[in-house]
Amino acid sequence: MDGVSFSLNAGETLGLVGESGSGKTTTCLSIVGLLPRGARIVGGSVVFEGEDLTRKSQRELRRIRGRRIAVILQDPMASLNPLFTIFRQVAEPAFFHQQMRGKTLRQRVKSLLAAVRIPSPEWRMRDYPHQMSGGMRQRIVGAIALAGGPSLVIADEPTTNLDVTIQAQYLDLLKDIQRETGVALIFVTHNLGIVAKMCDRVAVMYGGTIVEQGPVRAIFDDPKHPYTQALLGSIPKLGSRDPLYAIPGQPPNLASLPTGCAFHPRCPQAMERCAIDEPTNVHAGDGSVARCWLLAPAAAPSHG
Amino acid sequence: MTQFIVRRILYSIVTLFILSGTIFLVVRMTGDPVLLLAEAGASTEDLDRVRQQWGLDRSWPVQYLAFMENAVRGELGKSFNYRMPVSELYFERLPNSLILGLAATAISLLVGVPAGIVSAVKVNSWWDNAAKGIGLLGLSIPGFWLGLVLILVFSVWLRWLPTSGAGDWRHVVMPAVALGWYFAASMLRLTRSSMLEVLGSEYIKLAKLKGLPEVVVIGMHAFKNALIPVLTLAGVNMVVMINAAVIVEVIFAWPGIGRLLYEGIFQRDFPLVQGVVIMAGFMIVGINLVVDVVYALIDPRIRLTR
Amino acid sequence: MSTIATRPVVAPRTASGRLARFVKAAREAPLVAIVLLGGLVFMAIFAELIAPYDPTVPVPGATMFDPPFWMEGGRTTMILGSDFQGRDVLSRLIYGARVSLIVGLMGTLVAGGIGTALGILAGYVGGWVDQIIMRITDAWLALPAIVFAIFLAAMIGPSMWNIIIILGAVYWTRYARVIRGEVLSLRERDFVKLAEIAGASRFRVIKRHILPNVMNTATVLASLTVGVVIIAEASLSFLGVGVPPPQPAWGLMLAEARPTLMAGQWWLTVFPGVCILLIVLATQLFGDWLRVRLDPQQRNL
Repeated sequence: MDGVSFSLNAGETLGLVGESGSGKTTTCLSIVGLLPRGARIVGGSVVFEGEDLTRKSQRELRRIRGRRIAVILQDPMASLNPLFTIFRQVAEPAFFHQQMRGKTLRQRVKSLLAAVRIPSPEWRMRDYPHQMSGGMRQRIVGAIALAGGPSLVIADEPTTNLDVTIQAQYLDLLKDIQRETGVALIFVTHNLGIVAKMCDRVAVMYGGTIVEQGPVRAIFDDPKHPYTQALLGSIPKLGSRDPLYAIPGQPPNLASLPTGCAFHPRCPQAMERCAIDEPTNVHAGDGSVARCWLLAPAAAPSHG
Repeated sequence: MTQFIVRRILYSIVTLFILSGTIFLVVRMTGDPVLLLAEAGASTEDLDRVRQQWGLDRSWPVQYLAFMENAVRGELGKSFNYRMPVSELYFERLPNSLILGLAATAISLLVGVPAGIVSAVKVNSWWDNAAKGIGLLGLSIPGFWLGLVLILVFSVWLRWLPTSGAGDWRHVVMPAVALGWYFAASMLRLTRSSMLEVLGSEYIKLAKLKGLPEVVVIGMHAFKNALIPVLTLAGVNMVVMINAAVIVEVIFAWPGIGRLLYEGIFQRDFPLVQGVVIMAGFMIVGINLVVDVVYALIDPRIRLTR
Repeated sequence: MSTIATRPVVAPRTASGRLARFVKAAREAPLVAIVLLGGLVFMAIFAELIAPYDPTVPVPGATMFDPPFWMEGGRTTMILGSDFQGRDVLSRLIYGARVSLIVGLMGTLVAGGIGTALGILAGYVGGWVDQIIMRITDAWLALPAIVFAIFLAAMIGPSMWNIIIILGAVYWTRYARVIRGEVLSLRERDFVKLAEIAGASRFRVIKRHILPNVMNTATVLASLTVGVVIIAEASLSFLGVGVPPPQPAWGLMLAEARPTLMAGQWWLTVFPGVCILLIVLATQLFGDWLRVRLDPQQRNL
């Protein structure tokens, strides 16, 4: 992966959008230094609260994970250990990072569970994951993320496995928690509707790079990159009778990306140049940035 | 659920009937036991009398039903050689087999589980290759030959351990190693694959994302989950070891049921052989039934670990 | 236990493809296993030419319990020493390879034949045939295989051919289970359905479509069974219910060495055991390689 750079401030929400396989999850895991076998950070930096995380040792990273940066995984049903009580799993970050023990720890877990709206937390924390419904487990994963008192929470498609009504509840909950605690949130999703509802800023990923990013309003009102345009074109609109736009072709394999702009084989406005040179970031007036030759001032006339 | 358990129990009963029937048939088809019971040169009348005395004059199905009826009541018939109930002989020897089986299980766990964990955590490393080597040797070295070599080294050359018989712990060491060796290798392979599966799971990823120390992630989160299939196999293996230790018990003159079977075979003591073999079947069918039913009962949690 | 499942591999039919595949296979082949197995098979076939003495009778002029040649009292004419009757240990080991290989291969063949046939029958015919076969399989699995084998061998009586039949009759269960599972999934595949719709007889469907597709699995299972059968034969012979004396079987040699083990004649115990170890190790290595070749789904295990 390459050319992934974004920034966000405390209390802000960034939406990371892209098709499956575009490198969203890998980006998230690389932030906290957990990469799948075979992957490696070869360059670049992850600057978090003024520190470069790529220069940290595993030991130092461990103190950041769960304590300052928490991650909510894609599949909440599978991310709870079936053999440990809820109490133990929620308590662990506070136990290891804040050295909380005994009564204080119980109190902490109770308030965390209450914060994610688990009814009668005193009782439920003695339960095992299989005794909980899917929506509850999801919220418990949220409580675990908050347990270490992080300033950044990365939520990796946390609602894909939930019913629509529970999804909406969960998103409201995340919003509330964010308002109360002031954490920054990176919201990974392929659902643009959620982005519109949740996020302040959006970054659109394609083929392992961020092709466009900017404030939600700017991106939704005036997408610059053809890929973003295509994505927005593929959302069904209420009352509209226009056919949905489907992007032709398949998302590329990250191990063998096409030359030039990774999107060019599927791009309706591709030019010769797109197959050869990789586009660079171009700043637009409304605060958004896109990587596309269409926006480069010199590009359009030379190949017309 | 109930339906599953009932069906499972019925299958077990059918299994035992087929097994005992087969054994009964093989025993009856391979010779007339009366000739062994009576003294040499006995007259036909004498033979008939013996036959009647031991109930061998009845037809096979009748004999089989009588045998099964007694078996259900815990009576396995009367030994030709010892002239006493087989069950008495059996239960006299069983404790020794239990000790040996327990010790061998302990050895297989002590060797197989740590090696399997290291090999899974450091997959494809030097450690992993060493563990694979042990696994391969576990399958390739015959347990009874290992026993002989142990005797050679520790009894003949070093004179540390007694060669045979039962007594204190020193008598148990070598037979337990010889018996547990093969099973240690199978424990190793299962621990490795089970651990690899757990380590790839989402909840281990989350445990790492919580910033827990490596020791806690592997030693508690992963280990506890990986242990379920391993302990299950250990339980089943122990029952198998109790019943399959014939050669090891013969080599070390260990007075367990394996040696009882061996003695029975060489004295052509059919009721004894039949009894011991059928008891082995009972035990193994029993443990498998228990495992299946327990797994079915705690199914939700098991399903979650998948 | 791991379950084994294979998909038929579509092989390129061109000559160059075949050559490329052969070269690739040759490069990945387990050298150690092939050299070991090759050596042992050679020994077994040409035992008469290689062995210095007759394995069943004492060597003229030899004493009992001569040690190997490098030890004091050993002689270079009998490099691995002599046994309790003054027979040449090396010659007995060489002829012993023959017994182990014949029993190992034939026993596996019998087990594989019974198991594959029953597995196909159970899986393809289904219904009560399946029920009966699977209940019998369960019953067979209820006894430790080695106990079952000892029991049968003791009842039926010792001879090499009896042992082959007995081991075949004991070790077929794994084939039956695995192959039944595979046939159950094959039965649902299009080419089998098409053949059935086209009116092919059951026998023809089995012969043309089922059997060729389970052969890979059966071969892999066989490679894993050979070692088990060889050890089982040695165990039976050791207990005196296997190959009868004076035949030179490795298990029997171990049994004959036992009474004098305490006296320190280690070579009589160590050499036959090492032979068993090597032959089983070689079949295991070969089996692992075969599994990777014939069973693409297991590549990552």
